[in-house]
Amino acid sequence: MVVQVEGRPPRAAKARGRGPAREHRLARLDVRYSPYLYVTPFFLLFAIFGAYPLVYTFWVSLHDWDLLGVDPTFIGTQNYTQLLADADFWHSVVNTLGIFVISTVPQLLAALWLANLLNRRLRARTTWRMAVLVPNVTSTAAVAIVFAVLFGREFGMINWLLDLVGIDAIDWKANRFAAWTAISAMVDWRWTGYNALIFLAAMQAIPRDLYESASIDGAGRARQFWSITVPLLKPTIIFAVIISTIGGLQLFTEPRLFNSGTNAIRGGPLRESQTVTMYMFENAFAPHYNFGYGSAVAWLLFALIAVVAAINVLILRRLGGGARKGDR
Amino acid sequence: MGVFSRRRLAAIALVATSALLSTTACGGGDEAADGGPVTLTVDVFGQFGYEKLYRQYEADHPGVKIVERGTGGNLDEYSPKLTQWLAAGKGAGDVVAIEEGLLVEYKANPQNFVNLLDHGAADLKGNFLEWKWNGGLTADGKQLIGLGTDVGGMAICYRKDLFAAAGLPVDRDAVSKLWPTWQDYVRVGEQFTAKNTGAAFLDAATNTFNTILLQTAGNTTGYSYYDTTDKLVVDSNPAVRQAYDTTVDIIDSGLSGRYGAWSEEWVSAFKQAKFATIACPAWMTGVIEGNAGPDAKGKWDIAQVPGSGGNWGGSYLAVPKQSRHQAEAIALARFLTSAKGQIGAFQEKGPLPSSPQALDDPAIVNSTNAYFSDAPVGKIFAAGAKSLKPVYMGPKNQAVRTEVENAVRTVELGQRNPAQGWTDATNNARKAAAK
Repeated sequence: MVVQVEGRPPRAAKARGRGPAREHRLARLDVRYSPYLYVTPFFLLFAIFGAYPLVYTFWVSLHDWDLLGVDPTFIGTQNYTQLLADADFWHSVVNTLGIFVISTVPQLLAALWLANLLNRRLRARTTWRMAVLVPNVTSTAAVAIVFAVLFGREFGMINWLLDLVGIDAIDWKANRFAAWTAISAMVDWRWTGYNALIFLAAMQAIPRDLYESASIDGAGRARQFWSITVPLLKPTIIFAVIISTIGGLQLFTEPRLFNSGTNAIRGGPLRESQTVTMYMFENAFAPHYNFGYGSAVAWLLFALIAVVAAINVLILRRLGGGARKGDR
Repeated sequence: MGVFSRRRLAAIALVATSALLSTTACGGGDEAADGGPVTLTVDVFGQFGYEKLYRQYEADHPGVKIVERGTGGNLDEYSPKLTQWLAAGKGAGDVVAIEEGLLVEYKANPQNFVNLLDHGAADLKGNFLEWKWNGGLTADGKQLIGLGTDVGGMAICYRKDLFAAAGLPVDRDAVSKLWPTWQDYVRVGEQFTAKNTGAAFLDAATNTFNTILLQTAGNTTGYSYYDTTDKLVVDSNPAVRQAYDTTVDIIDSGLSGRYGAWSEEWVSAFKQAKFATIACPAWMTGVIEGNAGPDAKGKWDIAQVPGSGGNWGGSYLAVPKQSRHQAEAIALARFLTSAKGQIGAFQEKGPLPSSPQALDDPAIVNSTNAYFSDAPVGKIFAAGAKSLKPVYMGPKNQAVRTEVENAVRTVELGQRNPAQGWTDATNNARKAAAK
């Protein structure tokens, strides 16, 4: 904004001679087009690394394309019709949504709670704030491998702890809900702190006097949180939900490394924890090497993310809308 | 606001540009093609036992440096990587190892590999068991993709301490006599389990299933999931059904530790001595030594496999067309697959030679393995190797095998009953073959 105001030539320049008129034209060109020039690098990179692969993937998905083959045959939408009738694909969709729900909901709630705690006057506040981000900077692979060991059937610590309180060992990898829970634990361990910091940043932008007036009116901490903090955080919550949706529906590393050994890409003997991205990988690469089919999975995943993100935004709008009206 | 976002934009642009630059830098990272020293990359999985051979080769060929990638890795992770490199036309090593079950798929697209017949490899035919040599040829016999490394002659590896704890004989000849057939093996397993040693009798039903299948198929039909006309015969090949039924017996008797083959738990189970026997193709000895670790040295031994014969696995070395140093790579592959190379690999990590000269060599015949209580591995494995009956593998062998073994696994874990498991196996195999 500042740039534009300063760059605008003075009006009086119009009245001057030819030379300045040319300068003026240049200046106007500069004003009109240089912003586009500034944003070009992003769109250029996006075109190369975002748009082109997107379009190319779609092109591939219309073919019977063996990854190592020489000439793929055009088969139109056949991959898509086959995929829509593919029970294993829908199974992976359910897995992905299941893991998404049982990871994201507690994760965002916990992040909100953490952010609220961190927003209070604490000793060594910065240390605490940095500490919640530590899980996020550890490598996903390391996290996944450690968690996979923790959730081992026979040698895992979780089962050992369960045994201490008299609960039978759970085969975390061969039980659908248990596998979802274990993977969600990994995701939450990694991302709760990150979201808490985002919420915290937004919380700090809320004017203090709102809280002061509220406490004069007799509102307690909980009441302040739900009536002031949460409604004013709405845009941030929408942002966090959309980002979590995109990440959650593309979940790959955690479930892939959670399942080790032969055919880990299947996510368990009955595909207990196979996500859509894993199913895509299974088809596009080993053992099927069917690039066209894998690309079709990628496109349907894209559609799925768009739909889920839209639903999320709608729900949040409706929820937030009511609260805001009440506040005003 | 304006200033901040501009600065951020600049930062993003900078990061993006440097990322771009570094990718291009990677792309141009090859050293000079001629004159200068040549670095050959060899891509493997598991244990090929080439370390000493590389050093020897480097000493004999100044100017050649050899780097091995993927040592100890899982075949399941290696094969998609190799396929991606081949598809991308970039990234593969100069010499790549290909397991026999995957070779059939690569053979369908031979344009990715150097035709070794164009480089005088035809003379090498006599250096390999006939079926091993033929395995490296395309269907029309015009292109040789790979030179054979090893074959997977079978045995059963067992832990002596656990056998002793269960009151079973520990001497390898006595143990071999315990199980002339797989039914006997199940019976011994039941005796073992009854003694509650805290360990299972075997590691995983899938490994045993594959062993029984390859043995039965080798002795009867000569093919497993596909017949020799590449028709899917999972539900009609009696060998498959027989192997399945025997495996179900093993599962029903509670012999399996249910450790998913090649998983982290499976590796831990070796370390903690959680099972007493494992189906043991020659190359498995190296895997056991790696997983069980030096502490278990002398606690393992090797007995004969129930039934007779059978071959599981074994690999080939191929040279991708994308290699910048094809001539040097071919020379290295020839060296590593020569009788001498195969003997060297056997002595280091145990893969059984596919060269008849090597199999007859006293270095092999008289060899023993210190880790396995000085078992005469030469005699155990090499004796049967020359009479091994190969099993034909069809175009989507790996995908079909995955489905069938997964069905076995669901039965092993109690998720499916044997009848459901068989239905799953045949249905899913059909689906996988069609993909």
